[in-house]
Amino acid sequence: MTATANADREADFERTIEHHDRIEPRDWMPEKYRATVIRQVAQHAHSEIIGMQPEGNWITRAPSLRRKAILLAKVQDEAGHGLYLYSACETLGVSRGELTDKLISGKQKYSSIFNYPTLSYADVGTIGWLVDGAAICNQVPLCRTSYGPYGRAMIRVCKEESFHQRQGYELLMTMMSGTDEQRAMVQESVDRFWWPALMMFGPPDADSPNTAQSMAWGIKRDTNDDLRQKFVDMSVPQAEALGVTLPDPELAWNEERGHHDFGQPDWDEFAAVVSGSGPCNAQRIAHRKRAHDEGAWVREAALAFAAKGTDL
Amino acid sequence: MTVQPEWPLYEIFVRGKRGLNHVHVGSLHAADDEMALRHARDVYTRRNEGVSIWAVRADLIVASSPDEKDPLFAPAGDKVYRHPTFYAIPDDVPHM
Repeated sequence: MTATANADREADFERTIEHHDRIEPRDWMPEKYRATVIRQVAQHAHSEIIGMQPEGNWITRAPSLRRKAILLAKVQDEAGHGLYLYSACETLGVSRGELTDKLISGKQKYSSIFNYPTLSYADVGTIGWLVDGAAICNQVPLCRTSYGPYGRAMIRVCKEESFHQRQGYELLMTMMSGTDEQRAMVQESVDRFWWPALMMFGPPDADSPNTAQSMAWGIKRDTNDDLRQKFVDMSVPQAEALGVTLPDPELAWNEERGHHDFGQPDWDEFAAVVSGSGPCNAQRIAHRKRAHDEGAWVREAALAFAAKGTDL
Repeated sequence: MTVQPEWPLYEIFVRGKRGLNHVHVGSLHAADDEMALRHARDVYTRRNEGVSIWAVRADLIVASSPDEKDPLFAPAGDKVYRHPTFYAIPDDVPHM
């Protein structure tokens, strides 16, 4: 490839980004763009797959058949979301096996929120309301991300997340109309998940070194702090309607800004959880590794069967 | 960790309802054709998104190259007479 042809390809790429057009798998792209999209989509896919665990924990102990069917459908959706995203990631030339290895070996991350335990059934509701609610805030703008397959996967994911959030909120409403003990369970659950949910948007903009380049390339569409603000503004009236208190003494409407002021999450805790010292990091990865190892014979047997042909 | 051979990649196309084309919805890995269809059912049609599925081995698809898009599509670029708006017809001629 001559220097001129290289410059042409780069100009093509820049022009596509500038016009808010999509980059497609076989287009030329800068290596750093490719690496950034792989990192972000892989982390997103891993989050969906690890995210099956905290709620999957409660499937066998759902309080009714209705709740059990809902929770099963929800956890199955998380698996589906992981698969859409792994497929999108693979279009960039990385294999499924590599991605699984990097998750299990800790070389790629997943959302810090899934390193917190689920201690009561109310957590199923809180995760739907707050965690999936935060995920929706993050994901809706990503439907317009510059990498085509990622954006298309996000459109499918977003359609399904709405069910996740609503089933969670409805579960909490049901508990809030129950006994004092049930209401206390909801409040206790919200107290535990509020701050970790705010951390899902990532560090403050000033400490997020990748944001500027990712936004210039249209991979990310909004900054971490803007999305966090949007989430707080959305959640406040929902908490009021539910009758729970969000555990932040600094939370107050700011007339001048037209937004809620709120306190800062404990960023030291966030750093510790991201670097592997959260309450459930080791357990989540060990579980994923066990499932992968124990499934090895199934993957091998299916390949062997396929190799024999279908005329048995 | 030993890297195992991967199941082949399939591209999945779904017909949303009768009267519509099959549309590409994504891809998945499956050991064989039948498994590809079953996985496609679970991954891409959990909410009645389709009435028919095509699963195609990705390595069997022939595709044009993005690097050649200019020469490949150029012949259509200067043939404006292929579009109806090329022809001036008086406004008062009906049903045109």
